[in-house]
Amino acid sequence: MSKKPVQFTLNGESKAVFVDDGQNLLDVLRRGVGDLSPKYGCGQGTCGACTVLIDGEAHLSCLTLAETVEGRSLSSTGGLAQGAELHPLQDAFMRHFAAQCGFCTSGMLMAAKSLLDRNPNPSRDDVVEAISGNICRCTGYEPIIEAILDAAQNGAGRRSA
Amino acid sequence: MSIHKGRGFATINYPIGMNLGGDPSQALVHSNPDGKFGVALSSIDLGQGMKQVTRQIAAETLGVPVEDVYVDTADSDTGPHCMGSFASRGTHRVGNAVIQAAKEARSVMLEAAAEELEVNAADLETDGKGNIFVRGAPSRSISTGEACGAAQFKQGKTVSGRGIFLIPLSDVDPETGEMTPVSCYAHAALVVDIEVDDETGEVDVKQMNSAYEVGRALNPRMVEQQLVGGAWMGMSHALWETTEPYYPERTHGPADFNQYLMPGPGDIAPHDIAILERPAPDGPYGGKGPGEMCANPVLPAVANAVFNAVGVRIDELPITPEKVLRGIKANGGARPQGQR
Amino acid sequence: MSVEFRKELFADERDDNLNEIGKGTQRQDALGHVTGRSPYFDDHLFDGLLQIRCVRSPHHHARIRSVDFSQAANMPGVVKVIRPDDVPNNFNTLLSLLNFGRDDEALLSSKKVSYVGEPVLAIIASSDRQARDAVAAVKVDWEVLPHVLDVEEALKPDAPVVNEVYPNNSFDYHEKYDHQKLRYGDVETAFAQADKIIEGRYQMSPIEQAPVETNGAIAAPETNDRFVCYTSTQALFFSLGTAGKLLNVSSNRLHFIGGTVGGGFGGKVDSLVEPMAILGCMLTGKPCRFVWDREEEMQVGAPRGAERWYLKDGVMNDGRIIARQFTGYFDAGAYTRLSSYAIIKCTGHLPGPYHIPNVKSDVYCVFTNRTPATAMRGFGVTGVDFAIECQMDKIAHEVGMNPVEFRILNAYRDGDMKAHRREAKNCALIECAQVAAEKANWPIREEFKQASSMVGGGGERAAIPHTVTDEDGKIGDRRAGRSGGGRTRTIAPSSPAPAPAAYTPPPPPVPPPAAPSPAAQQPSYAHPAAAPAYQPSAAPASQPATPEAPPPAAPAPTPVPAAPSPESSPPSARPVNRPGYSRFASNSGFRRR
Repeated sequence: MSKKPVQFTLNGESKAVFVDDGQNLLDVLRRGVGDLSPKYGCGQGTCGACTVLIDGEAHLSCLTLAETVEGRSLSSTGGLAQGAELHPLQDAFMRHFAAQCGFCTSGMLMAAKSLLDRNPNPSRDDVVEAISGNICRCTGYEPIIEAILDAAQNGAGRRSA
Repeated sequence: MSIHKGRGFATINYPIGMNLGGDPSQALVHSNPDGKFGVALSSIDLGQGMKQVTRQIAAETLGVPVEDVYVDTADSDTGPHCMGSFASRGTHRVGNAVIQAAKEARSVMLEAAAEELEVNAADLETDGKGNIFVRGAPSRSISTGEACGAAQFKQGKTVSGRGIFLIPLSDVDPETGEMTPVSCYAHAALVVDIEVDDETGEVDVKQMNSAYEVGRALNPRMVEQQLVGGAWMGMSHALWETTEPYYPERTHGPADFNQYLMPGPGDIAPHDIAILERPAPDGPYGGKGPGEMCANPVLPAVANAVFNAVGVRIDELPITPEKVLRGIKANGGARPQGQR
Repeated sequence: MSVEFRKELFADERDDNLNEIGKGTQRQDALGHVTGRSPYFDDHLFDGLLQIRCVRSPHHHARIRSVDFSQAANMPGVVKVIRPDDVPNNFNTLLSLLNFGRDDEALLSSKKVSYVGEPVLAIIASSDRQARDAVAAVKVDWEVLPHVLDVEEALKPDAPVVNEVYPNNSFDYHEKYDHQKLRYGDVETAFAQADKIIEGRYQMSPIEQAPVETNGAIAAPETNDRFVCYTSTQALFFSLGTAGKLLNVSSNRLHFIGGTVGGGFGGKVDSLVEPMAILGCMLTGKPCRFVWDREEEMQVGAPRGAERWYLKDGVMNDGRIIARQFTGYFDAGAYTRLSSYAIIKCTGHLPGPYHIPNVKSDVYCVFTNRTPATAMRGFGVTGVDFAIECQMDKIAHEVGMNPVEFRILNAYRDGDMKAHRREAKNCALIECAQVAAEKANWPIREEFKQASSMVGGGGERAAIPHTVTDEDGKIGDRRAGRSGGGRTRTIAPSSPAPAPAAYTPPPPPVPPPAAPSPAAQQPSYAHPAAAPAYQPSAAPASQPATPEAPPPAAPAPTPVPAAPSPESSPPSARPVNRPGYSRFASNSGFRRR
């Protein structure tokens, strides 16, 4: 099996890894560069737990070929907080008790961030649509929707990166 | 084509604590010399909040602030025995074990404080803010950290405690089924309002109103988490979910979340919840365990609402549009049962 | 969405001024969750981690003639093939840790498979893809056998044997019966006195727990010849004990780490991934990861099993239920796992949260050729609660009562005797019904608003009635085509109670409705699947009336409405542990056998 070098930035840091033919981005992020925040929930693109941002857009890393991110800018929940300061979305998820088992949380946060970055004042319908590719089995979604709307009101979308 | 409104009702109770007993859980509690406590368990937090609920139980029993307690769970080398988080046994069994362990640790902490203050330990109280004081003389006090430090460095005492909670195994009579099945019961009642489309057979849940009796709500926000999410799961079970859509045939089995249907964020219904708290006599601080039972009333309530809406009894879960439509056809059309 | 706390209810039973209890304090794990740092089992990195995948049965039921893995073993990246013989003690049942039931399931099956997805071989390879490729290259010569998928079909004498350990396709209870009985009072006499008989058939299909994190474990060699296992289990010592037994490894050589789990809902008790990961580690000396993919989680991972229920109620015109009878079939799939135990839990739950003076139940744990069932949120209760509450709605409709008032009328109250012969306490069903109705603006009459769980129970309602028992359903009778024992006897009540012959329904706790409620004026129910009106001359009472569903049962027991027979004694005088009972015969806890 041949290996191919791939370079990209992750949460502002440059990364260089060798990837296998056909290796997916989720695997490379988790085992290649050690960012464990995106999660494996299905490997089929149907649960959203592996969501990361590629050049600001939400992508399912389990369905993304690792070699296609060459030269691109990625962000994940692992880099969402700035030092000890939580991103408003993280803060809102905590205040709304929007995580129970926490396994979908990382993907939810990325889907939400992608929305707020392009639409700082979303309607409830906008939020529902933004997270409609993310499965949560614990919360019934309502606390997550409320947390995202709350974060938007607190200016999460106007904050840079 | 028309949309028919329907309303359904159901009440349930639910056994709390692993039925029949014989299945204890253990807890160990100890402090460091700063008066910061660790609770060692091998119980599992699978999202229900085991870590936090045992943390609050430990803090309450020890008489220290919750920030002074950290729960370390599920390392078999350090956590004492626990079979697991199932059968609504976590809060009940593990919570009681934590209370026992924390009581023992607290008594050592108070003994250490008593020695420092030169009083009788029985005359000491905690304020829950990190201080131990003489009852009736609050100026004579010592911090929990100082007491634990004195225990460690001056008195040679371990501020620690062991806990186990065992309900002895109950026999089951083969002839009559006589048994002692559980410790206590949680309760619920739920009203659901739906709309049924008699052309597609689709059932749209519009509103849920519920009352859940959960014993004492040990952490109200986490109870809320369980009830909101659990009722969602009940609605999902009622109308969407199965691994075998044509049971007992094994065909059409879903293999992913595109095929295994569950309501998404756009399908959820407003849910107004009332929480009732009748403390369980043997529960930790009266707590029961809301996690398992909260889905159960939704399933029959939805079925009953479908009958109210269109006059069709769907006695097989899940209540798919196909079943509703077949029922309406067999009846020669929708037969609304009148407004409730 | 709104949440309110009704603190005024049961206020005198609570001290609401505690320091930490009752406060909505932030979860200890919340910060880890929102920063992506909570350590789930898969968040542990090992250099050279190997991956495990299983070869699984494509058939419902088949004998294994041969397995050829010669090609697979030589494929790129393949490190080791795990055969059934590699499992040191390849036979187990989960509940053996609680001394309940017989071993009936292999980690890898060598002779026969009994469900689609049953594992027969495992491949360890350097990557998941290489393991999958090798799995696809394994050739199994199957001899397909007849299979059975329906619970009632499985209980017929000529049904294929699903699980050789239980050749009657049903779990053995107490080494005596092929089902779990509940007998309380005399349902037959009460049915004869009831104004209405209402019957129903209910079915719940299998449901997947569907945690977003699939089942998985990573095992690695640890110092001092031990193994560390990071696991998604929701039952740490269940999994540790099961792994120790299957692998014949002392429990102190196993170091299990878990406790942060991406949802479970009952689907992470079965302890299938941990032993396989550790075995891989034992065989290769390298860290091994065994994780189910989503399809395995959905179709091979044990679901909440299907249940089928037949209910029969005897009801008075004023709405009081005087008798309720259940026949239940839990579809355990091919192996026991936890279904046997759920039936005991279920039996203790019957007849639901109501005071019913005569209750009878027969519940079967049935083996069929499908994925074994296991626990899920509400295990043993969710399915029968669906049946009970749909049935309650039908009865309310039949007697013309408001469904909320009907529940309150029949609700259990403090001091009532329950069918499992323990007194009810700490009840709150009535209050829940009142509050839910109030929130939904569903009017109920004043006397029902005034009802209380703390008033009106006990007294006559606390008496254990004369009870008719029988010996129907002895192990093996059904398969052999023998009818049940047929012998009936009466067990005396623990305290004076009306003799069955002179039985009258106990007084209602609230006045029965004087006039039909508005529901009675609703259009009459006309669905073709409606429960037929009760015909005294119809099929034996223990058989459901639904035509397509003949149960395996024997003739109904003859009621003995006589005085207690001499050999009976009050329940309290009977021994707690009886020799010969396999069920809970041991109090020794979780010792491994």
